[in-house]
Amino acid sequence: MNTSLATGPLPFARDFALQLLEDMLRIRRMEEKCAELYGAQKIRGFLHLYIGEEAVAVGSLHALRPVDNIVATYREHGHALVRGLSMQSIMAEMYGKREGSSRGRGGSMHLFDARTRFFGGNAIVAGGLPIAVGLALAARMRGEASVTACYFGEGAIAEGAFHESMNLAALWRLPVLFCCENNLYAMGTALSRSESQTDLCAKAASYKVRTESVDGQDVAAVYETTCRAEQYVREGNGPCFIEYRTYRYRAHSMFDPDLYRDKREIEQWKQRGPLHGFTARLKQLEMLSEEEFLALDAKVGAEVERAVAFAEAGDWEPIEDLALDLCAREANK
Amino acid sequence: MKMSYREALREALREAMSADSRVFLMGEDVGRYGGSYAVSKGLLDEFGPDRIRDTPLSELGFVGAGIGAALGGMRPIVEVMTVNFSLLALDQIVNTAALYRHMSAGQFSVPVVIRMASGAGRQIAAQHSHSFENWYASIPGLTVLAPATVDDARGMLGLALADPDPVLIFEHAQLYNLEEELSADKVSEIRSARVRRAGSTVSLITYGGSLPKTMAAAEMLAEEGIDAEVIDLRVLRPLDEATILASVRKCRRAVVIDECWRSGSLAGEIMARIAEQAFYDLDAPLARVCSEEVPMPYARHLEEAALPQPAKIVAAAKAMLGK
Repeated sequence: MNTSLATGPLPFARDFALQLLEDMLRIRRMEEKCAELYGAQKIRGFLHLYIGEEAVAVGSLHALRPVDNIVATYREHGHALVRGLSMQSIMAEMYGKREGSSRGRGGSMHLFDARTRFFGGNAIVAGGLPIAVGLALAARMRGEASVTACYFGEGAIAEGAFHESMNLAALWRLPVLFCCENNLYAMGTALSRSESQTDLCAKAASYKVRTESVDGQDVAAVYETTCRAEQYVREGNGPCFIEYRTYRYRAHSMFDPDLYRDKREIEQWKQRGPLHGFTARLKQLEMLSEEEFLALDAKVGAEVERAVAFAEAGDWEPIEDLALDLCAREANK
Repeated sequence: MKMSYREALREALREAMSADSRVFLMGEDVGRYGGSYAVSKGLLDEFGPDRIRDTPLSELGFVGAGIGAALGGMRPIVEVMTVNFSLLALDQIVNTAALYRHMSAGQFSVPVVIRMASGAGRQIAAQHSHSFENWYASIPGLTVLAPATVDDARGMLGLALADPDPVLIFEHAQLYNLEEELSADKVSEIRSARVRRAGSTVSLITYGGSLPKTMAAAEMLAEEGIDAEVIDLRVLRPLDEATILASVRKCRRAVVIDECWRSGSLAGEIMARIAEQAFYDLDAPLARVCSEEVPMPYARHLEEAALPQPAKIVAAAKAMLGK
C-alpha cells in the first residue's frame, strides 16, 4: 500500500483548511471520549467508531449545501456532527437521554435531524440507498436543485439494495451522490473474501453511473473530488459513485475483538492518518504552528467536555411516553 | 351507480392524482401495461409517465424509493404487484417506513401508501396465493387496510394518502371484478370495523376477500334459522376492538374467518383479544376458519379445499350452537 502522505499546496484558503482540520479533530476527540464512556458503561448497545475515516465525512460534507439531503449509516456520528447536529445532542442521544437528537429512542446508530436534512442513522446495511433514490426522485419532481448524498460501506455492495438503487438512480438520472466508504472490511470480512469483483467503480459503472475513486485519508482530495461529483450531479447529469479509500482504526464495534486483521496492516494505515497527515501538511505550508494546533485541540476538548456534562445532566424520557411518536394519529395497536 | 371494485380503485387514484400534484403512482407495469390487474389502465395517458411511473422488477428498490420520496415531500402510491413479491421489499417496509417516526423522535414521517393484491382462489398456485396481511398487521407504526367493498375501494385510498404515516392497502385479487352499487355517502374514516349484516346469534368476524364468503355463509345460516352478524374489519391495524367486542357481547359466540394460515393468523390475534376482554360473555368456545396449513395447490378442487368456504363457516357456526 501507499504509505506516503499528501503534500503540496492546497486548493483552498487557510481558514477553510483550519475548519476541515477542526471538524476532523472534533470527530476524533468526541469518539475517543465515546470509547471511554462505553468502558464506563455510560454508553451501551452498539457503538461503531469512525476513527481513522474522518477525512471522508469532513471533506465530502463540506462540499455539500444546506439544501441537500444526507442519508448515513450506523457509523454516522461524524457525519451527523459535521452536518450540524450539536455534539451535545449527539452525546445525549448516546446516553439515551431525552435531550438527545432522538430523545433516546435511537442511540448511536439512529441520529436524525430534520433541520439539517440528516435522514439517519440507518442500521440495515444498504438500507439507506433506496431511500436516497426516493429523496432524489422527490427533489426532481418538486423542482428542487438538491443533491442527495448517501453514505455506505463497501460491504453494502454485496446487497441487492445497492444494485437496485444504482439501476433506478441511473435509469431515472436522479441527483444521487453514492458515497462508498471503502474501509476494506465488512465487519470481519475482507473485501477480497466477499466480492468476485473488487473494483467497486467497475460495478457502479456497469449501471452507467459515473465513478470517482479517491484517497479517503486525504481530506483535501476528498473535498475536491466530491465538489466535482456534486457539481456533475447537481447539473442534472445523473448519479455519481465515489469510492473513498479509507480504513477504520478501531474494531467494527465495541463487541468486536478485531482478530481478522494483521496488526501491521493497522499500523501501516495509521502512518497515513487523516488528522496527522493534514496537520503535517498545514505545518509544512506554514498555515499552522504547533501552538495553534494545541489551542485548537484544547478548544475541541472543551466542546467534548461540555457535551459530556450536558448528557450527564440530561433527563430520562418518562416511561409514559413509550409509545410517543409511533404514529401521528391515535394509538396504533 | 353500479361500479366494479377495480373501477372504484381507479377512480380513487384519478381523484387523488387530480387533487394533489404530490401524488404519483409507481410500480411494475402500472403504466404502459395498465396495471397487472388493470387498476391503472388509462391513467398513463391522463397523467403522463412521471406520475404513472413504471419501475423495473426491483421491489426492494422501488418500495424504498417510494418511502424516500415520501420523506422528501411527495405522496407516493407504490403498487406492489402482489403480496407475494412484497416479501422482497419487507426490509424497507418494516425497517424504514414503520420505524422512521419513532427512531427520529417525530422529526420524520413517511406518508407513503403501498397497495398490493393478495390472496388465493385463481389457481395460480403456491407462490402467487399468499395472504400475509397478518404479518404487516403485527408491526407497530403501520396502518393496514383491507377494503372488501366497492365503497371502501373507492374511499380508502384518499384517506390513506391523508395519513401522515405509512398505510398498506391489501386488495384481494378475487374482489377486482366485484360489482356493487356505490353509496352516495363517501367512506369517511379508516379506523373502524363495520357491521355488514346485523344479527344476534353468532358473530362472524372477517375482512377482505373472505367477506363475500362470510356473507354467503350468513345467508345459509339464516335459512336454517340462525341469525348471524357479520363484521368486516376493514382496518387490520389498528384493530377496532370496540366493534368486535360489542358484537361478541351481543351474540355471545364468535367465529373468525381469515384466509391466512391458522398458525399465527390474524384470526388468532382477534380470538386472543376476545378471550382477554370478553371471556365471561361467551356461551361457547371461540372458533376460526382459516386456510389449511399447506402451500396453496394448483388443482381447483384442492385449492377450494384449502381455503375458507361458506360451508366451512356454516359448519363452524352450527357446531358452536350444538347443531
